[in-house]
Amino acid sequence: MIDLSLVPDGGLSWLDGSGPQAHIVLSTRIRLARNVDRVAFATRGGAADRSRVLALVDAAWRQSPLGRGSVRFLLDELDPADRLLLHERHLISRELTEAPSAREGGSGAAVLLSGSTGVMVNEEDHLRLQTLRSGLALTQGYGELEQLDAALGGAVPFAFHPEFGYLTACPTNAGTGLRASILIHLPGLVLTKEIGKVLQGLTQVGLTFRGLYGEGSEVVGNFFQLSNQTTLGKSEEELLDHLGKIVRQVVAYEEQARQVLLRDAPTILADKVWRAYGLLRYARSLSFEETMNLLSGVRLGAGLNLIPGVSVYTLNKLLIFTQPAHLAAFEPPVPGDTEAGAARAAYVRRLLDEEAARGAHARRPAS
Amino acid sequence: MSLCDNCGEREAVIHLTQIVDNSVTTLHLCESCAAEKGVDTIAQVAKHPLGDFLASLGEVASPAPGSAAAAGAAAACPQCGATLQDFRQTGRLGCAVCYVAFEAPLRDLLRRVHGNTQHRGERYRAPGDVAESGGGGGGAATTGVAALKDRLRQAVEAEDFEEAARLRDAIRRLE
Repeated sequence: MIDLSLVPDGGLSWLDGSGPQAHIVLSTRIRLARNVDRVAFATRGGAADRSRVLALVDAAWRQSPLGRGSVRFLLDELDPADRLLLHERHLISRELTEAPSAREGGSGAAVLLSGSTGVMVNEEDHLRLQTLRSGLALTQGYGELEQLDAALGGAVPFAFHPEFGYLTACPTNAGTGLRASILIHLPGLVLTKEIGKVLQGLTQVGLTFRGLYGEGSEVVGNFFQLSNQTTLGKSEEELLDHLGKIVRQVVAYEEQARQVLLRDAPTILADKVWRAYGLLRYARSLSFEETMNLLSGVRLGAGLNLIPGVSVYTLNKLLIFTQPAHLAAFEPPVPGDTEAGAARAAYVRRLLDEEAARGAHARRPAS
Repeated sequence: MSLCDNCGEREAVIHLTQIVDNSVTTLHLCESCAAEKGVDTIAQVAKHPLGDFLASLGEVASPAPGSAAAAGAAAACPQCGATLQDFRQTGRLGCAVCYVAFEAPLRDLLRRVHGNTQHRGERYRAPGDVAESGGGGGGAATTGVAALKDRLRQAVEAEDFEEAARLRDAIRRLE
């Protein structure tokens, strides 16, 4: 198994819930797509092209400020379970998780990581610079990527066109190559059935939405990823400003919806969130989807102070560590537990028990 | 809430106004009946501009073998050998030079996808490149044309269409 402890914070520092609006916005992810000039794109080039790109990017990364103390994973050398582990941490894309070795002569696919910031190499584009932050942190995240972009682009020539900007394998990413995704939790809008209108409104202002794992993934646990749809014709700052403005508006709608629920259906709401907590705390077998949905209820209850003493950090940790590859890697298997439901329930119980014990300890009067 | 005119069961969320023979009719449809009737919702249209474009490339390429359009679709990128047909199948271009080799259809696509074709973000300066214009790309547009295009964009934004037409002709002459 790969040693994720080599990655500072395991790439999970964003789980701490320290960022702005962290009660509703889980994370901000930004990526910049870049390609090496005069080398065929990764999907068309041969194995020699891809290994040349990897060598160039790797050398430039080592020279960059982030290169010191960083980790490199070559995806061809990882088994599928390890790749899935990286994907569940949102450190590599689905494309690199599923079939990097399907390309003849080696994929040259790699991920270079310094904490939650790094570069995917030989994905659809030669380089995907990426960073992951807690809460709504577009400016800070982009600031770090901009520096990394300058460091890498100063060492490796990038494909750039005076009119079309940075050139990418898929024209939908050309121009800035920038895609910013906000992972946001919207149970209030789902429960008040306002979500459809909000999502439709988003597509009209040039944003797009996806499920928890990005492109093509389903919406589970009321988690949505909102991101910019276009990448060309606006500056990086304009794209980020616009997304930030709309996200703050969606957060305000979500808060309003929660207040409506508290005002019009306080008993139903309290019952719903406490039932979710009760099931998570005492159930003996949990599917992944059920866990996501129950965590959504508890997160809502904690956000409204209906359920005291459950931290955003614990809830975020539960989201990541109850996923299949994480359970398989870190939770001892239970005999006869084919779907890992028992192992998942055991893990959830342990974390919530620990949290409750801490809460009881804190409440005990000093003697 | 109003019910769907077609099934009468689900809530009507799509209101389709049509003008046929000078009379206006409005249909109220639920999402699934609208989909059955082939009415695209805004969300669907916004999601698949690339797919639509790729499909339309096929139409241009197939009907008239030997015509200029068919020759254009069959032409290969001088750098990587990719054709528009390849792009149609995979949705991915082969290399940076493809953007130059297929400039006209790609400009059309970029306008459809992004609503714009002029990059306004950071200007890249390649390693060792001291010139203001930036390096890389395929070297298709000279600095003069790029500057004219920039002025054209500003003219269009300012809705100064007379100036825009003049600039457009100037760019055509240079290209």
